[in-house]
Amino acid sequence: MDALDRKILNRTQLGIPVSDQPFADIANELGCEEQQVIDKLQTMLDDGLLTRFGPMFDAASLGGAFTLSAMIVPEDRFEQVTDIVNGFRQVAHNYKRQHKLNMWFVIACESQQEIQTVIKDIEQQSGIQVFDFPKQEEFYVGLYLPV
Amino acid sequence: MSTNAIAFLNSENPELSVEQQLQLFNAIESGLPLVAQPYLALAEDIDASEEQVIAMIKDWQQQGLIRRFGLVIRHRKLGYVANAMVVWDVEDEQVERVAAILAEQKVVTLCYRRPRVLPHWPYNLFCMVHGKNRDQVVAQLQQICQHSELEGLAKRLLFSSKAYKQRGGRYQHSLTS
Repeated sequence: MDALDRKILNRTQLGIPVSDQPFADIANELGCEEQQVIDKLQTMLDDGLLTRFGPMFDAASLGGAFTLSAMIVPEDRFEQVTDIVNGFRQVAHNYKRQHKLNMWFVIACESQQEIQTVIKDIEQQSGIQVFDFPKQEEFYVGLYLPV
Repeated sequence: MSTNAIAFLNSENPELSVEQQLQLFNAIESGLPLVAQPYLALAEDIDASEEQVIAMIKDWQQQGLIRRFGLVIRHRKLGYVANAMVVWDVEDEQVERVAAILAEQKVVTLCYRRPRVLPHWPYNLFCMVHGKNRDQVVAQLQQICQHSELEGLAKRLLFSSKAYKQRGGRYQHSLTS
């Protein structure tokens, strides 16, 4: 990754203009050629540094439902419970974290009702209570990781 | 896409038919074409003008349907391997003030109020802090607390020790790593 790659990545993380020639706009800002911006973004996509390029839809506005859930999983059952939880296609992210509540995952469904069903099913299959932490208020969503 | 997702399509729109709106939605859901005039390319695909496509997308942004327009980066591949969920126990009437401070910090990527689950969990404000290593995350957080006088608040840093499932989403999930 060279200096221009970094500049492009940092700039495009902040957003892409909705204009006739968005990559020319970015190139103007960065002092390079439009085609360089396009080529370098394409290379980063091909190399898997970027998985996606475009609009991020707000799932809740589209009718989706999300929650953050956590469980207290005994260490000797961790792998087994991980398999159970990850077996649900509605589970989007699953992280082991250092706390008594040591398994944290996001459940993404089409409705609140489906979330409750998934939680009940996980509890039934694992024999472990699932604690639900639904979002009550959102203060900030952004992701800017300068490289 | 769920059936209720179609509710955002606007049959009153004089510019694009509901079918065109759906086609456009489906097209950009998988990403923006990497060509000099991406909105023109999209317009040609749905038999509309570039202006109509740009207007529709701006409209969706205004409605909050499109949260942001940008990238999903593999942060782990770029060296951001330490991510901490930082949780705070904040008095209910102080939540707005503290959240506003956290939201200003560049290293804080998400900030939500969520319910406490007593007795296991007294924390009601959740945010994510990303860094290239754990020391950096801890140092950044210390700095925020000192500068913004948040040192008196009870908090916990929960580093992830292992990512068992990470799905790059079309959606902005409520908690991404």
